[in-house]
Amino acid sequence: MNEATIQKIKERLATLKKLPGIGQKSVAEVLEEHGFTRRDFLKWSAAMAVMLGLPTKFSPLIAEAAEVSDRLPVVWLHLAECTGCSESLIRNDSPTIDNILFNFINLQYHDTIMAAAGWQAEENFEEAMEKFAGRFVLCVEGGVPTKDGGEFLTIGPHAETGLEKLKRTADKAAAVISVGTCSSFGGIQAAAPNPTGVKGVYQVINKPVINVPGCPPSAKNIVGTVLYVILFGALPAVDNFNRPKFAYGLRIHDLCERRGHFDAGEFVEEFGDHGAENGFCLYKVGCKGPYTFNNCSRERFNQHTSWPVQAGHGCIGCSEPDFWDSMAPYEEPLANHKFASATVDATADKIGATILVVAGVAIVAHAALSAIKNPKE
Amino acid sequence: MAKRVVIDPITRIEGHLRVEVVLDDNNIIKDAYSSATLWRGIEVILKGRDPRDAGFMTQRICGVCTYSHYKAGIMAVEDALGIEPPLNAKLTRELMNMALFFHDHMVHFYQLHGLDWVDIISALKADPKKASEEAFKYVPKGYNPIATGEDELREVQKRVAKFAEKGDLGPFKNAYWGHKTMRFTPEQNLIALSHYLKTLEIQRIAAQAMAIFGGKNPHPQSLTVGGVTCAMDLEDPSRLGEYLQKFQILADYANRAYYADIVMAAAAFGNEPSVVQLTNLGNFLTYKEHQIGANEWLFDASGYILNHDLSKFYEIDESKIEEDVTHSWYKDTGFRHPYNGETVPNYTGYVDGKSVDGKGNEVNAKVVNPQGKYSWVKSPRYNKKPMEVGPLACMAVNYAKGNPRVKKVVDEFLAQTGLPAKALFTVLGRTAARMLQTKVIADYGIAAFNNLVENLKSDKSTVTPYKIDTNKEYKGRYIGDVPRGMLSHWCRIKDGKIENWQAVVPSTWNAGPVDGNGEKGAYEANLIGMKLADPSKPLEVIRSIHSYDPCIACAVHVMDVKGKKLGEFKVDPLYGAC
Repeated sequence: MNEATIQKIKERLATLKKLPGIGQKSVAEVLEEHGFTRRDFLKWSAAMAVMLGLPTKFSPLIAEAAEVSDRLPVVWLHLAECTGCSESLIRNDSPTIDNILFNFINLQYHDTIMAAAGWQAEENFEEAMEKFAGRFVLCVEGGVPTKDGGEFLTIGPHAETGLEKLKRTADKAAAVISVGTCSSFGGIQAAAPNPTGVKGVYQVINKPVINVPGCPPSAKNIVGTVLYVILFGALPAVDNFNRPKFAYGLRIHDLCERRGHFDAGEFVEEFGDHGAENGFCLYKVGCKGPYTFNNCSRERFNQHTSWPVQAGHGCIGCSEPDFWDSMAPYEEPLANHKFASATVDATADKIGATILVVAGVAIVAHAALSAIKNPKE
Repeated sequence: MAKRVVIDPITRIEGHLRVEVVLDDNNIIKDAYSSATLWRGIEVILKGRDPRDAGFMTQRICGVCTYSHYKAGIMAVEDALGIEPPLNAKLTRELMNMALFFHDHMVHFYQLHGLDWVDIISALKADPKKASEEAFKYVPKGYNPIATGEDELREVQKRVAKFAEKGDLGPFKNAYWGHKTMRFTPEQNLIALSHYLKTLEIQRIAAQAMAIFGGKNPHPQSLTVGGVTCAMDLEDPSRLGEYLQKFQILADYANRAYYADIVMAAAAFGNEPSVVQLTNLGNFLTYKEHQIGANEWLFDASGYILNHDLSKFYEIDESKIEEDVTHSWYKDTGFRHPYNGETVPNYTGYVDGKSVDGKGNEVNAKVVNPQGKYSWVKSPRYNKKPMEVGPLACMAVNYAKGNPRVKKVVDEFLAQTGLPAKALFTVLGRTAARMLQTKVIADYGIAAFNNLVENLKSDKSTVTPYKIDTNKEYKGRYIGDVPRGMLSHWCRIKDGKIENWQAVVPSTWNAGPVDGNGEKGAYEANLIGMKLADPSKPLEVIRSIHSYDPCIACAVHVMDVKGKKLGEFKVDPLYGAC
């Protein structure tokens, strides 16, 4: 590990400590209120370090950064979607991280969770736009209908289209995170023939966007990305689909528990057969793990309970662009298919080194998130 | 003079919904309009695809009832192909289904609907000792309350007080705290607030219970046409044990918190007119659901009742399901069976008008044109009649049919609360019915698990093999009763590809606009006559709408962009179509 980088981060944190917060409390205080000990907190920091692809050496720094980090204003917009990403988020743990998140970020607008409705909800939204202009993080769930001016989605008493609302909000955001495959790449409603002209967020706004795809993405990837922004005041390093490398740097296949069977040539030939009962490789029944970049095989889902391959079904490639078209049929091997992600292979290897350089250089005052720049290489 | 109140967005639901109410001088609702503001078009996208892929795509209709459309998409294809999955597969699917119901209903009551009943700010004034004692009053016989110990309540209070002191309530900001129709005492509010927080933990357990056999949640991935893929998990006793333990935690929580809090709500809100007003739409429709044995269902009624009459039960006739789009943003008029639906988008938008805003002023707003089209939701009808679907329909219709499990649970609840059976047909009753449905699952659902374990001793099969003949045409449907009510998917397969797909979903039945005959759906009909304490804070409307657990992404699905006829075959009452 580069001692100079660590030194640099330490200096940044020392500077941060002297800065005024945004009037909220620190993560450590929030944790304390929730009955977490210092030890719990350090364990959590170490887990986050691993999650973010940082050496454990970094965990005290994460702890420190979290402590000096005030609550981050977040505005969460729902566009053309199914709410699966929000549902995924509320399943998060890392000791009861949903509680931490609830208190840790300053959630200004999220229409599945917020208590206010109608005019009062609108008021909250407009107030956040004004009060936190240039400082809030915008999370978007859902694709953007664009056909016929985007009339397939309107929000609010003035029937503003989702497209208009997104543009207006993104203009004032410090950073934009596309949560899920729909906001990242259009998702299911953008599958052929895409009747409502749905696009990914990055295709309709003029700002760097971090894509956290998955249908839905695991809670860990959503929270990991938001935390990265909170902790480092910067966007994480990304691949050429703007996905954070800490989560999407490896193929599902690379760390798959059935990989040994693939290498040994032992396959499930059809569901319910001897191979299925014995956990053989699912490639021949359509597993898209070799073509899909995500950390499912490492992190699994629902507090490590399982993941599709463990449950005997192949990966359907849900974190890849256009997977609804390019990965189908989902229960047959790809064979000679063309798929968008082939080009990712070349960029998936430099994860550790890249992320650290970006992190170290880009730790800026959290109060000045507008300093965020696009870390894409 | 009549005033209009536009409420958009209706928050704490799935999807995008607007409701408008027209008030007279006494703030009594004279008319109401429900308008879904998003359309996605998933059925169009399904056309021409491999039928085996349908379940994965229909699943993405909704990430909340994440399993319902997955199961429906898979089972519609199985029905079309004439496949009977092995009993192991059916019961495993049921275990996942029950986890979904626990999750959906509990999260709905506490995280989505709860804030319509619970005043968080009032909870700060409560005496934790008194609250702790009070909690014992509402639990069912044989149970102790949970998460309501004096120290625990004091901690909850402290935590929220600190949050409130900072002046920015974040997600709790700008709600209708202190509203006149909030009826809980500070102590009752504190009990419910503690459960709000506890449920965040419990719902994770429900999601895990589904993920044991489903691989993940939301959007599990272990069903395949013909069966389930989780053969290894089924052969692992520790996995089965894991499920059993989680089921028990959930069932226990349903009794100690969910049941108790609804009894408490019945006691506190029993004299609040806006929640005990008899529904104007008295028709309720349901379908059998929750297979717990080879030939046994928890809710075995497939039928309906009319005009709030619990003494007459009618069997369903599938051919009488139709949809109308007179006031929906599609071309075409008239009623059509889903197989013959013809749907071309025809967005006409909103018109300029006025609304009372959040400060009580009349301001400019876009409003619906009641003479024209005003929603992306269609209006399903049964025999030309609007029907309410959902847990209330499930409880009421099963009660009318004489389902012994439902009768027992409902009667016990009525006895404990002192409410008459008619009280079911109210906003309060609708919220109670969702809990009662959960309680039936909690009390009896484990039979599915036991039968599965028993069956696994002698039968290991998890998938029924099949072949799709590309020279043959197939058609089939799924009908069931998911957390929000009766759901049906209808499909046709030709040349080995999906030729046609249609879904008629619960929220469509309830949220649809007025039909061509002037008949209103459940949301609209049941708001009429309700009095608002303060038009600038229309909590009564929001509470009523939330009591249906709206799922709007589910409801806005149907369309054929090319305006092609979706089916050319006639409806057969036995099989839906032929």
